[in-house]
Amino acid sequence: MSEILRPENPDQLVELVNWAVSEKQPLKVTGSDSKDGLGRPVQAQHTLSLSAFNGIRLYEPEELVLSAGAGTPLSVIRAALQEKGQEMAFEPPDLSVFYGQGNGEGTLGGLLACNLAGPRRIKIGAARDHFLGFSAVTGRGELVKSGGRVVKNVTGYDLSKLLAGSYGTLGIMTEVTLKVLPVAEKLRTVLVYGLEDAQAVSTLSKTLGSPHELSAAAHLPAAAAAGFALPRVSDAGRAVTAVRVEGPEPSAVFRCEALRKELSALGETEELHGKNSQDFWSKVANLQPFIQASDQIVWKVSTAPTAGPGVAARILAQRKGQHYYDWGGGLLWIGFDPAGIDDDGGAAIVREALGEAGGHATLMRAPDALRAAVPVFQPQEAGKAALSSRLKNAFDPSGVLNPGRIYADN
Amino acid sequence: MQMPEPDRGVISRKREIIAALQEILPQESVIYDEDELRAYENDGLTAYRQIPLIVVLPETTDQVSQVLQYCDKNSIKVVPRGAGTSLSGGALPLEDGIVLGLGKFNKILETDFENRCVVTQPGVTNLGITNAVEHAGFYYAPDPSSQIACSIGGNVAENSGGVHCLKYGLTTNNLLGLKVVLIDGSIIEIGGKHLDSEGYDLLGLMTGSEGLLGVVTEVTVRILQKPASARALLLGFETSEAAGDCVAAVIAGGIIPGGMEMMDRPAIHAAEDFVKAGYPLDVDALLIVELDGPPVEVDHLIERVNEIAKTHGAVYNRVSESDEERARFWAGRKAAFPAVGRLSPDYYCMDGTIPRNKLPHVLTRMREMSEHYGLGVVNVFHAGDGNLHPLIMYDANKPGDLEKAEDFGGDILKLCVEVGGVLTGEHGVGVEKRDLMGSMFSEVDLNQQQRVKCAFDPHSLLNPGKVFPQLHRCAELGRMHIHQGQLPFPDIPRF
Ligand SMILES: Cc1cc2nc3c(=O)[nH]c(=O)nc-3n(C[C@H](O)[C@H](O)[C@H](O)COP(=O)(O)OP(=O)(O)OC[C@H]3O[C@@H](n4cnc5c(N)ncnc54)[C@H](O)[C@@H]3O)c2cc1C
Repeated sequence: MSEILRPENPDQLVELVNWAVSEKQPLKVTGSDSKDGLGRPVQAQHTLSLSAFNGIRLYEPEELVLSAGAGTPLSVIRAALQEKGQEMAFEPPDLSVFYGQGNGEGTLGGLLACNLAGPRRIKIGAARDHFLGFSAVTGRGELVKSGGRVVKNVTGYDLSKLLAGSYGTLGIMTEVTLKVLPVAEKLRTVLVYGLEDAQAVSTLSKTLGSPHELSAAAHLPAAAAAGFALPRVSDAGRAVTAVRVEGPEPSAVFRCEALRKELSALGETEELHGKNSQDFWSKVANLQPFIQASDQIVWKVSTAPTAGPGVAARILAQRKGQHYYDWGGGLLWIGFDPAGIDDDGGAAIVREALGEAGGHATLMRAPDALRAAVPVFQPQEAGKAALSSRLKNAFDPSGVLNPGRIYADN
Repeated sequence: MQMPEPDRGVISRKREIIAALQEILPQESVIYDEDELRAYENDGLTAYRQIPLIVVLPETTDQVSQVLQYCDKNSIKVVPRGAGTSLSGGALPLEDGIVLGLGKFNKILETDFENRCVVTQPGVTNLGITNAVEHAGFYYAPDPSSQIACSIGGNVAENSGGVHCLKYGLTTNNLLGLKVVLIDGSIIEIGGKHLDSEGYDLLGLMTGSEGLLGVVTEVTVRILQKPASARALLLGFETSEAAGDCVAAVIAGGIIPGGMEMMDRPAIHAAEDFVKAGYPLDVDALLIVELDGPPVEVDHLIERVNEIAKTHGAVYNRVSESDEERARFWAGRKAAFPAVGRLSPDYYCMDGTIPRNKLPHVLTRMREMSEHYGLGVVNVFHAGDGNLHPLIMYDANKPGDLEKAEDFGGDILKLCVEVGGVLTGEHGVGVEKRDLMGSMFSEVDLNQQQRVKCAFDPHSLLNPGKVFPQLHRCAELGRMHIHQGQLPFPDIPRF
């Protein structure tokens, strides 16, 4: 294990990066290392921890804005927001159990750097859509800021978007600002039982295209539902298709009833209220079906919603696995049992199946060796890959920040 | 406004350039006649004009690619142009540059209701997208006031907003994919009908990049089902402070309205004189709050907002009882710009954003500035998200008036930054706010942004003179001054 460097302020961080550049010593950038299992393994002698950049700097609930050190634990952020009846509306998943290293849920900076989002992605966007501004030290050893603390802002390039999902390869964020939103007063989930994948996704498409303003839409084939450890879901013995409405109480109740009526033509329906409803969507977000079998290789596939079932069928025809859908069918999660040392983890099958449909597949969980051997992120077409590496170069010309975390040669 | 020194060599090669472009494009798509060029000499920032060298109107991505490749090889500057409604001079031509107009990219390529998206060419108007899908109950949410005219490509370039962005997001939150041509002619496809990107978020980066990074030739947008119903409240207050407090209380109460707009007294009077919207004339601030959703939700929230307004000093309140009445409430707000146009020969529209709770302070300071400059100012305000649109009234025919208006505007924007806000909320930096960038960003910040530009356009041929106050050569920006940092750092803790 390499030593962990823990700068305490931006000046020290700048000094550290300057050292890394001059001594050609790449750095592995971490918040609390909770997502070490996500992305390609970084080859670096030195690990940099941002845990000292900790604490909420500004939180103005009536302005819907929060700024915090990038190393602030998510649990701290969640607690502060909860106290004021607010939340990060993009519903960040808690992958601590999924990755299972006992490092907790992670930090705010780490969450943004991975651009994660939960079921509400389809309505409200991902982390990127709520990320208003930042300060970061680039691989040039310069502290830069971009964006601001207001939502309406087109002053200069939107570098927040670029840093969201950059996995620490462009800059080391020190402080970040995000937009927060009030928690809905009421949420209701309607379940329909026994639908086949294609029928389920086409139903979700139709329902998402209705004025009911769904805030989540998922489909669990029978095997996935069985592992959900929730009444009315794990004991259903069938596939479970679920939609969620949120809002002021009368509205949520009204839409729930309307949806139930509409959906009952397709099969038996149920409702989840209160805590059950909340737990259900947390489990969807936190990858519940892959928690038990912790050695399963897990893929995340983002595609056009209507293409989801076709892609899944093509994959599953070639390799046995377990799957479920979120984002109205556009997010497909697939888990495979590991199959020995020559195994590519299903990379060829998954990417080939995605082919025409368009989209991207990410290897979300696999042993280090496998994540080093196959492309974890969807390989880019040549022009785009060249542009991406020019962008990397614009921020980190010496390649000291998380080398290889996204692409092997970057 | 200082623009980059025109390249006399390029200007002297005009004939040769025309001939080369005519090889790529049909004759009628290459415009060089002085009279015809004049139609392109300005955008919505009418104080600035420049006749371009040549205008080209390609109609396929391949043609755009060939034109850009030719310009790149021959060091010719290119200014992309949509509908030319930019209020920041983003599409202002250059004397030695080609304007690349996207007006012929005017077709919607696909409407996909199942995946809730539309694939369109960039020259289609914002409203054109909604028109194409509304028969099925859908619409495209971001709604700039210029929506009948502005192009979706321009919206992408400016990350445009509208009154409904408070709830439904800006352009950037409603895009799924782009096809972009880079200056070297390469064609890049970003996103599609799926969510999020496989590498760096180029979609997010392109949005709001003001035509400096690439030319957008195809756009995939997300469409939404129209809300089942909508109602609006008209609320009058004796002070703008009270109105501001009411806005804060609504949001603190967990309500995010579909739209929440504020007008100050001069704006109320101007709008009422012009369209007779039925606004109260004896209040200092007017709020229009629109709630949308199923009728049960709308009725419930109208009630709650009304309660909040009462406890926050509303002296006037009216709830729309029909869609016609709701439209009337909005008519005044929507006509605010032309209404001010009747009061003053010219007006200059500003676009700063501030943290909402700074509104009373900013309005007071603005009144002081108005006296100082001797120019009137009218305020309309996207109150929900803190985006101000002060309209400064001046007379372009009066010597010195325009300069005064610009100085006044500059002071307002600097004030926005001073209170924690930004120079531009939705209109873009363009040429207009270019020289103010230093009030918000350090040189280090701006150099980093220009390095991003270099990754796309190393010779700075796409829309130069916009956004950045100073242009640096990419080679110079790329240079690294290596400082010898040392390890072990005595003061950096390790574990
Ligand atoms: C009366 C009025 C009201 C307005 N109201 C609003 C409002 O409510 N909200 C708001 O946000 N804006 C508003 N605007 C500003 C303006 O309409 C928007 O900025 C709009 O998005 C510009 O679109 P356009 O097609 O006219 O672009 P243009 O003015 O032609 O160009 C704007 C910028 O985009 C670039 N560009 C255009 N097309 C492309 C392309 N295909 N590829 C790459 N770059 C391109 C240009 O180079 C330029 O930098 C208003 C303007 C007016 C005149």
